[in-house]
Amino acid sequence: MKASAFTYYKPNSLEDALGLLQNEEDAKVLAGGQSLMPMLNMRFVQPETIIDVNGIDELARISVTDKLEIGALTRQKTLAKDPTIRQHLPIMQEALTWVGHFQTQSRGTIGGSLCHLDPAAELPMVALLYDAELQVASASGIRSIPMQEWALAYMMPSISHDELLTKIIIKPWQGSHGYGFQEFARRHGDFAIAAAGCLIKIDNNIIEDIAISIGGVEDVPRRFTECEDVLRAIKYDIDDIKMQVLKPLSKINYLDDSLVTGAYRRRLLRGLLIRAVEQAAGRS
Amino acid sequence: MQEHEVQMHVNGKVVSGKVESRTHLGDFLRQSAGLTGTHLGCEHGVCGACTVIVDGDAVRSCLMLAVQADNCEVTTIEGIAEADGTLHPLQEAFRNNHALQCGFCTAGMITSLHAFLSENPNRSETEIREAISGNICRCTGYQGIVSAAMEAAEKLAKR
Repeated sequence: MKASAFTYYKPNSLEDALGLLQNEEDAKVLAGGQSLMPMLNMRFVQPETIIDVNGIDELARISVTDKLEIGALTRQKTLAKDPTIRQHLPIMQEALTWVGHFQTQSRGTIGGSLCHLDPAAELPMVALLYDAELQVASASGIRSIPMQEWALAYMMPSISHDELLTKIIIKPWQGSHGYGFQEFARRHGDFAIAAAGCLIKIDNNIIEDIAISIGGVEDVPRRFTECEDVLRAIKYDIDDIKMQVLKPLSKINYLDDSLVTGAYRRRLLRGLLIRAVEQAAGRS
Repeated sequence: MQEHEVQMHVNGKVVSGKVESRTHLGDFLRQSAGLTGTHLGCEHGVCGACTVIVDGDAVRSCLMLAVQADNCEVTTIEGIAEADGTLHPLQEAFRNNHALQCGFCTAGMITSLHAFLSENPNRSETEIREAISGNICRCTGYQGIVSAAMEAAEKLAKR
């Protein structure tokens, strides 16, 4: 349970970090370390080089214009208390109540959650709801990736070995709307067995717009667009919604393992999804 | 093998030494600083036994490299009581409420609760239970620990 040997670098500027990423063959970026450190300790990963980005202050800033720009190194504990996030993105703070424990939020970062991309992680689900734009930098330039194209496969984000996630850009919804986030885990703070997030805009009792993200049930967290499509533009009637969601829920290819069966995940997700929609509608 | 000179303030004293890149803070505290009150359980961030306080924040010492704690203020279980040995209200309450049996989780429980209650001692039972949800105890069933935390919180709030 000890990490294998590696060479450690702690660059103090983005430029230096990107230079290292370009030159080092087998490097891992260390941000909050709340996922990478366990993997190092268990030797699931044995990189030759660790590039610690904690000294790069510019990666830990939150700024707001008509969009929120969140530096990738912003810690979960900061996001959980930040007044700008509370005002513009309250669902992120609600989702964070489910993320790990306060002792892991002390160090865990939003960029780390997005790059580790656990299928049940909450922050990617929030980023999905808003179609966040992820900015990654490399020695050769900057590129933007829409959140819906971020997850390529199980725990595999669309980022190459010489790139670094630098910021997450989120455009909050305008006008009156509500948000809901629901999850179930065996122990508070553990990864979800199933989770659902929802943003909803209701006008004259008609669902004008809706975004739903689901986590824990498939290889990657994703937008549940099939479900959004059946709910958009219909009357808000929770009994009807309970019926409408059944078909899209039946088409999910649920994770099924020795601890949690697919059938159980499906039952859980149904309940959580309905609750998230109701919670969002109640706040709209 | 790459080594680094590190220096940190641990429980108010300067501790320095050479560490390998891969050495985590928990191992450094136990092996180089000789502070074996910090217990290493799972070493992947699940059990909470190794929790210490770094620059005011409770962190898992198995999930932070020793080299990352260079120039930091670290408090371990050995630094919770007064210098003259007077127990901290949390330690006192743990004793009064039978909040430990084997003692393996206790250092992590106390450091976690210390950081949590230092931020704000006015906490409900639910909040306290949530705060230690990342600390596993296999002996007590948690009831004594929660009672102790409530008792200490009350005392700390009056300070």
